[in-house]
Amino acid sequence: MQQTMSQPATNAPRTGAPGADRAFQWLTLLMALSVFALIALIGYELMRGARLSLHHFGWRFLVNSDWDPVNDIYGALPAIFGTLASSVIALLLAVPLGIGTAIYLTELAPLWLRQPLIMFIELLAAVPSVILGFWGMSVLVPWLRTLLFPWLQKLFGFLPLFQGPAGSGFSLLAAGIILAIMIVPIITSVSREILRSVPGLQREAAYALGGTRWEVTRIAVLSYAKKGLFGAVILGLGRALGETMAVMMVIGNSPQIVLKLFAPASTMASVIANEFNETPPAGLYPSALFELGLVLLGVTVVVNIFAQLLLKTFAGPSVKPQP
Amino acid sequence: MKHCCSLAKRFTAALLLGVTAASAQTLINGAGSTFDYPAFTKWFEAYGRTDAEVRFNYASIGSGGGQKQLLNETVDFGASDAPMKDTDMAGAPGKILHLPVVAGGVAIIYNLPGNPKLKMDGGVIAGMYLGQISKWNDPKIAALNPGVTLPDLPVVPVHRSDGSGTTFIFTDYLSVVNPTWATKVGKNTAVKWPAGIGLGAKGSEGVAGQVKQIPGAAGYAELAYANQNKIPCADVKNAAGNFVAPSPDSVSAALATASIPDDFRFSMVNPPGDKSYPIAGASWVLVYQQQKKPDHGKKLVAFLKWAVTEGQAISARLDYAPLPENVQQRELKLIDTIKY
Repeated sequence: MQQTMSQPATNAPRTGAPGADRAFQWLTLLMALSVFALIALIGYELMRGARLSLHHFGWRFLVNSDWDPVNDIYGALPAIFGTLASSVIALLLAVPLGIGTAIYLTELAPLWLRQPLIMFIELLAAVPSVILGFWGMSVLVPWLRTLLFPWLQKLFGFLPLFQGPAGSGFSLLAAGIILAIMIVPIITSVSREILRSVPGLQREAAYALGGTRWEVTRIAVLSYAKKGLFGAVILGLGRALGETMAVMMVIGNSPQIVLKLFAPASTMASVIANEFNETPPAGLYPSALFELGLVLLGVTVVVNIFAQLLLKTFAGPSVKPQP
Repeated sequence: MKHCCSLAKRFTAALLLGVTAASAQTLINGAGSTFDYPAFTKWFEAYGRTDAEVRFNYASIGSGGGQKQLLNETVDFGASDAPMKDTDMAGAPGKILHLPVVAGGVAIIYNLPGNPKLKMDGGVIAGMYLGQISKWNDPKIAALNPGVTLPDLPVVPVHRSDGSGTTFIFTDYLSVVNPTWATKVGKNTAVKWPAGIGLGAKGSEGVAGQVKQIPGAAGYAELAYANQNKIPCADVKNAAGNFVAPSPDSVSAALATASIPDDFRFSMVNPPGDKSYPIAGASWVLVYQQQKKPDHGKKLVAFLKWAVTEGQAISARLDYAPLPENVQQRELKLIDTIKY
């Protein structure tokens, strides 16, 4: 190895041990392919487990809103609704917070403050989800029930979204808030990397044109980085869609489609985690849960493909996320 | 440094000793019900002192998982809170025996200001979960509880969000005593709860936790959880018309009066008897009548005999109801039919 280092650099790689080189190439190729194989295998196994349910319900599985283990009727719609609704709420809360924090950290914060702040945000990412769920259940939910819900209802009670009984606090909004807390660190740190990689020349040019700080950030930095920032948001969404434990602990686990922030709901991940343990060894019930997993995988893939397509339509130079 | 080395040496030595000791032991594998898990843990510990040649490994993965593992013959025994269905047993490679090993009560817990002692019957409990009784001062609750001041609070019924043997017992009871429940909801380890009413929480600890937190909440949980969390539970009206508090004794009384068929696949909700607590159920160990590994079969049979007799005193300390004498004797006879 040291010999290699001391040799003068040449354009062609050294051909001392072609066999080893090739073997190394194949080995790494195999490793790279194993990721595809793994995803394909997961998809295949889910399909295999879901075969009975796929055959029995067909497309009705996606639009049926009944989930009735007694009569063996299963529909995924309430769980799909809960998954998407809680993730959208999480994004609405986390995107401004995450990107705002990232802008402050890269553009505005005094240097001495940056490192400690970054450290705290990364610490937030390290909190295990069950701990967040526990906190959500014992602190956030009572607080929502006694303070935030009545207050929100007084302010926005005229909107259907905020109507209905404030109830117990276990709700779509509680799940959204917990998810937002979980994805803020990802969105912040990815956004920060992207904003950091915006060339200094961009900013200097904007300042030279007489821009204020806000104008420089908006014109030179944000528009340059928007593609990458969008990628950061999608990474956050990816995590929110599949998050199980913390959501299960605060969402109230009620499979219903009610577009109200204070109503309990359920998500695909929470239904699987809740019910899989006690399903009978064979039959439609476990098969329906497999199909729910397949749908969850499908939704995640669709969201990612959609994001890629959207990214492609953005024009202009841009910075891609490098997580 | 020296201390550290000696520690490491001792650790290695202990590890080696452990390995050699283990190789002389028979390892019995089981899997299934989470409801039984605390009982099994205590039993394995106590039984290990009487027979050092056997070691147990129990995976608390849920009743469905236990049945599946047994059908795949990856475990020596399964454990389930609900008896196996005929269709599932038909696919088994051999005859499967059901042995009730523990029985437990399901307590109706609630959270009301001042924690008054309440009486309930099947109609009231079903009414709360069906959404027909939405306030605590409903005349139906008041009629059963003369002299108790009931608050004008909304009822928040909390149910298990995960599939559970406890839910099976609870919905089995409601299906037996309430025709509306039987047609609208039915019984299973998970059911379609009436839409928009109440909340779901994972595990008994989840239900107990939510009930403790929400004023006006009601829930159902294994007796042990209610006792450990010191949550008030209702006296429930039994088939004889008496209001009975849930306790290991009142569940044992229910077991003694329940009609139990010879294959031990039975439901013991709402049995006759003055002292029987009506919301109770058993949990079963599932084993093949023909054991494939003679050494495992021999050890398993000895353990099962111990568990349904001497073991009952140990599980009673964990708030499981002890099996009555007549049930014990019948089970011993069935265990004797296991061949290895």
